[in-house]
Amino acid sequence: MFEFNLPDLGEGIHEGEILKWYIAVGDTIEEDAPLVEVETDKAAVTIPSPRGGKVVSLAGEVGEIIETGSVVAVIDDGSEGVVAVEKTEDPVKKRKKRKIPANSAIPGRPVPAAPSTRRLARELGVDINNLKGTGPGGRVMPDDVKMSVDGDVVELTPETNAASVASAIPFLDIEALPDYSLQGEVEVEPLRSIRRRVARKMTTSMILVPHVAHMDEADVTELEDFRKRAGAEHESRGGGKLTLLSFVIRAITAGLKEAPSFNASLDPLREELIYKKFYNIGFAADTGRGLVVPVINDTDKKSIGEISKELQQKAELARDGKLPLEEMQGGTFTITNVGPLGGTALIPTINYPEVAILGMGRVQEKPVVRNGEIVIRKMLPLTLAFDHRVSDGADAARFVSELIRWLSDPKQLLLDI
Amino acid sequence: MVMGTLSQEVETVVIGSGPGGYVAALRLAALGKEVLLIERNKQYGGTCLLEGCIPSKALINAVELKESAENADKFGISFSGVEVDHNKLREWTDGVVSTLSGGIATLLKKAGVEVMCGDAKFTGSNALNVGGNNIEFEDCIIATGSSLNRLPEGIDQSVWSSADALKLKEVPESLLVVGGGYIGLELGLVYQGLGSEVSVVEFNPRLLAGADFDLADIMIKRVSKRLTEVMTESRVLNIEPTNNGFDVKISHNDEEFERHYDQVLVAIGRAPNSDNLGLENTKVVIGDGGFIETDSECKTADAHIYAIGDVATGPMLAHKASREGKVAAEVICGEKVEFDNRAIPAVVFTDPEISWCGLTERRAEELGYQINIGRFPLTALGRARAIGRTDGMVKVISEPDTNLILGVGIVGPHASELISEGALAIEMGATLADLTDTIHPHPTLSEAVMEAAEVAAGIGVHLPKG
Repeated sequence: MFEFNLPDLGEGIHEGEILKWYIAVGDTIEEDAPLVEVETDKAAVTIPSPRGGKVVSLAGEVGEIIETGSVVAVIDDGSEGVVAVEKTEDPVKKRKKRKIPANSAIPGRPVPAAPSTRRLARELGVDINNLKGTGPGGRVMPDDVKMSVDGDVVELTPETNAASVASAIPFLDIEALPDYSLQGEVEVEPLRSIRRRVARKMTTSMILVPHVAHMDEADVTELEDFRKRAGAEHESRGGGKLTLLSFVIRAITAGLKEAPSFNASLDPLREELIYKKFYNIGFAADTGRGLVVPVINDTDKKSIGEISKELQQKAELARDGKLPLEEMQGGTFTITNVGPLGGTALIPTINYPEVAILGMGRVQEKPVVRNGEIVIRKMLPLTLAFDHRVSDGADAARFVSELIRWLSDPKQLLLDI
Repeated sequence: MVMGTLSQEVETVVIGSGPGGYVAALRLAALGKEVLLIERNKQYGGTCLLEGCIPSKALINAVELKESAENADKFGISFSGVEVDHNKLREWTDGVVSTLSGGIATLLKKAGVEVMCGDAKFTGSNALNVGGNNIEFEDCIIATGSSLNRLPEGIDQSVWSSADALKLKEVPESLLVVGGGYIGLELGLVYQGLGSEVSVVEFNPRLLAGADFDLADIMIKRVSKRLTEVMTESRVLNIEPTNNGFDVKISHNDEEFERHYDQVLVAIGRAPNSDNLGLENTKVVIGDGGFIETDSECKTADAHIYAIGDVATGPMLAHKASREGKVAAEVICGEKVEFDNRAIPAVVFTDPEISWCGLTERRAEELGYQINIGRFPLTALGRARAIGRTDGMVKVISEPDTNLILGVGIVGPHASELISEGALAIEMGATLADLTDTIHPHPTLSEAVMEAAEVAAGIGVHLPKG
């Protein structure tokens, strides 16, 4: 018998939702054959079976949440010795607590926490000794207890939940929603996985970050001409399609080198600005299941051709839910290119804790005035949304102007980069 | 109860009216339960009130007043002919006890707690018998307390127990206290103050062996001056009654000797009252030393029977019993509480007093904790100087990395009052900064707690460096 525990799914990932079982109990599975597809906050991952044999048991139904480290499947691989299959606790829990190991070196030592906080933990069903306190000396604070309980587990009514938030932000009034089913037919589905992750990140970003959007247009007529000419040859040599986005990524990277305040993060707790000396550019990808942001690392060290190739590969993997988690982490700046789907202008939301995001609209031929004459040019609408705590409007204007200069003149792009 | 039958059904029963039992009964009643309290004594209050904490403190206070009067010379005040009227002192002490005991009776009555006098015996997991009455209950709290340990068979039993000593029948010219723990020392000092020549014999190498040595040493130094003889690492072999007292045979390091004393006070601890309760008819488990085994909700192995106070596992302290009583009562009422306290203060009413809570220095070492200690002597404190009592110290034990306060120990006047701040700090998970940054009123002894925390944090200003 072999007990297979759900492996580590990446940094900060403690659980996943079961999307699909590839086999059923009683089936025989080959070693390395796909066993289960699990969706985490960030991506869907197919997990292969590390052993071959007959499937004795599977943990949970599609749609249930499973914790990393808990038993996913028991496989009879013919090995001797009976592994303890019986578990007193069902590894799959729809309602579960996030467990953070206690920081105490002395076993059995209780974590520091006020009696009222300990009482709160008991009332919420949290083992306070499993929590890591954020207070002085590692003291567990009431908020630590509340936050240790997953959003959909807190035994607070929507009203009290809203009330607690509303009490923290003046005038913020989150009322319970009316019962829309009284007005007409509705379909209700739980907020899960990627959708929930996006909801959290975007709410955090919009509430925490004072957004400013700076808009401009780049004349990409010559760049597009160059891209078509060079692109055909690039493609014929097997380099793949040369996309406009890969030029923008390269130009943004050059711009970030000159304007480090857009490749930074602000730590509000420590009151520190962190300037990153590496350039990992994320690009928003629509997957059908929700938005993910694959990251291209070290764009300052890669050619436009290399970037273009990586873009295509990662976009495809992301669309199929096969992109490894680590390739969606560590970004320093994000580009959202909604252009191919349309749009004359957009105001993107910063991918917090990054401090800026570039939105690209659709390239359109437009009448523009050049040397007193109306000519037809290919114009690319650009919006830089940035964190006003870190940069000012003038910084953004300079940054975007420089970007436009490069995008308008491929020769400059070649010279400067 | 239907008249004419000997059977009664009640929601909750509490056995014992000591500081555990009566508090549990009152909390149960306040939470809306029907409560029957069974007490075998005529008076309410248990050991603590009737023959323990309360009468001893009344006597100690009187003796300290006399001591203060006799030592007021340095303040330019002299009394002549300080006399103790033992009868009047006994009346005072008895008055205190009966007032408090009556107060409990009033509280129980006003809360609607039904009371019954008698010995309770379990006949099953949900039934008791009290003097022929059958009582069926949903939940029961055992709060039967503890009894004094007796000397082994063959040794004369006419010697005093602590309960006898508290009755203040006479003040013997010479008194031997067997047991140098807190009860023996407290009562020994009372009788010394009342005029007896008091000696102490202790099996351990030190008096008050449970306390940290640095704290105990300050007390021992002062107390030893008042005691005629302190015999540590010594054992009483025999006590022989004579026509005017007792001949006591004592061994010390293979050496045997005999002394004569007018009276002998035996203070060698207490044992839980878990026998004769009919617990064999329940699933309750009695563990080592006769203590009833309980979990953090004060529940025994029998689902609807709880045990609190001296009869349950843990230190035999009234304040531990009261807290457990509240926990058990709330658990019965469906509340999510536990006895999860991190600091049960220990208090010794010697002169000077000693108190501590949380980890002692020795316990911290045994457990392998890295610790940081800040000590502040009362010699450096204004208020201590003003009242002429500099024989004391506060020490704060903290964790080096986090500065969390792990323990507080105090020796000195009013140490029993000062320790609560330490208990609160430990329960709250306070750090040194929480103590150092809290304003302590000046000039008070409480400043020493803040000062000791400052020493631990390395920011003290009132002690010379080095």
